[in-house]
Amino acid sequence: MLMEKTLKPLSECSFGDCFLIKEINIKGPLRRRLLDLGFVKEAEISVLRKSPLGDPVAYRVSNTTIALRHDESSMILGEIVRGNTK
Amino acid sequence: MRVNRIALAGNPNTGKSTLFNTLTGLKQHTGNWPGKTVVHAEGSFEHKGEQYILVDLPGTYSLFSNSADEEVARDYIIFDQPDATIVVLDATSLERNLNLALQVLEMTNNVIICINLIDEAEKKGIRIDEKRLARELGVPVVKISARNKKGINRLLDTLSQLVKGQIVTTPYRMKYSKEIEEAITKVESKLEGYFDEKYPSRWVALRLLDGDEELILKLQNHKNNKQHEVRTNGVPVSVKS
Ligand SMILES: Nc1nc2c(ncn2[C@@H]2O[C@H](COP(=O)(O)OP(=O)(O)O)[C@@H](O)[C@H]2O)c(=O)[nH]1
Ligand SMILES: [Mg+2]
Repeated sequence: MLMEKTLKPLSECSFGDCFLIKEINIKGPLRRRLLDLGFVKEAEISVLRKSPLGDPVAYRVSNTTIALRHDESSMILGEIVRGNTK
Repeated sequence: MRVNRIALAGNPNTGKSTLFNTLTGLKQHTGNWPGKTVVHAEGSFEHKGEQYILVDLPGTYSLFSNSADEEVARDYIIFDQPDATIVVLDATSLERNLNLALQVLEMTNNVIICINLIDEAEKKGIRIDEKRLARELGVPVVKISARNKKGINRLLDTLSQLVKGQIVTTPYRMKYSKEIEEAITKVESKLEGYFDEKYPSRWVALRLLDGDEELILKLQNHKNNKQHEVRTNGVPVSVKS
């Protein structure tokens, strides 16, 4: 598939980026947890801010702020819709 | 006199505690769930001569036991089997909030969907057709503003009708793929008489298919421990005759 080449992990986004989820690259309880938090296919995520140490990062997803650790956000693949706007 | 036990479930920040305080006033006490660092708040109130005990469950996005909060909330609904569960939803964020609501609908028939923060939704121009939602979900839907004390009487009247059995619910149950549905049927038929009958068999079957081993152990312990009235993993187990 052509698309797959352009998919990037959410963890590579920086502040102000928007991200469109295309796939969640993990199985089991962590997948379940991410889905429950609103990280579902086609959901639009915006990157809010990093904590002082850079991990976790706060995201805006379906109207709520959720913080994810790097090992979680690196499993979420999608398109960076809009580059740094700030 | 019969006391109705009611659980409040919902995502964090949907106004559960505000509603809890509105309903129970000063008649409440808080502590921890036994063996957990999760806050337990319980209160009581009366409505039209009926007695109620209200339990404010921890706010969660899910009930699949990813955390102590989720475990406490799930166990209360499954093991303590309250007379009704009120699922509090944020009117401005229904898509997100319905995830938990659908999970609760898979666990129990006695559900009221309470759409809170309706004042905020109106400000944002969000209109919610609660009758249509009630039809789709198969349970009563009541719109309230807990902070402005709007819709509270309607909620309590609905609650009273539900616990008296005057409302018959037909909760929406997710339909899965043919393969999964067949597996559910198979497991469900084997479950009969295996655990305490009162567990929602479809929900238990789904959890078993999901390989939720911790839950399987809990259900087994619950059965074995019934006679001695012990606490299952900290949560008081009510043994009904
Ligand atoms: N505008 C508005 N705010 C509300 C309403 N109910 C609760 N809130 C506010 O929402 C926030 C979260 O409420 P809380 O009861 O702590 O939510 P909980 O986390 O579900 O227990 C608080 O700031 C409340 O004052 C409501 O009906 N309208
Ligand atoms: Mg609260």
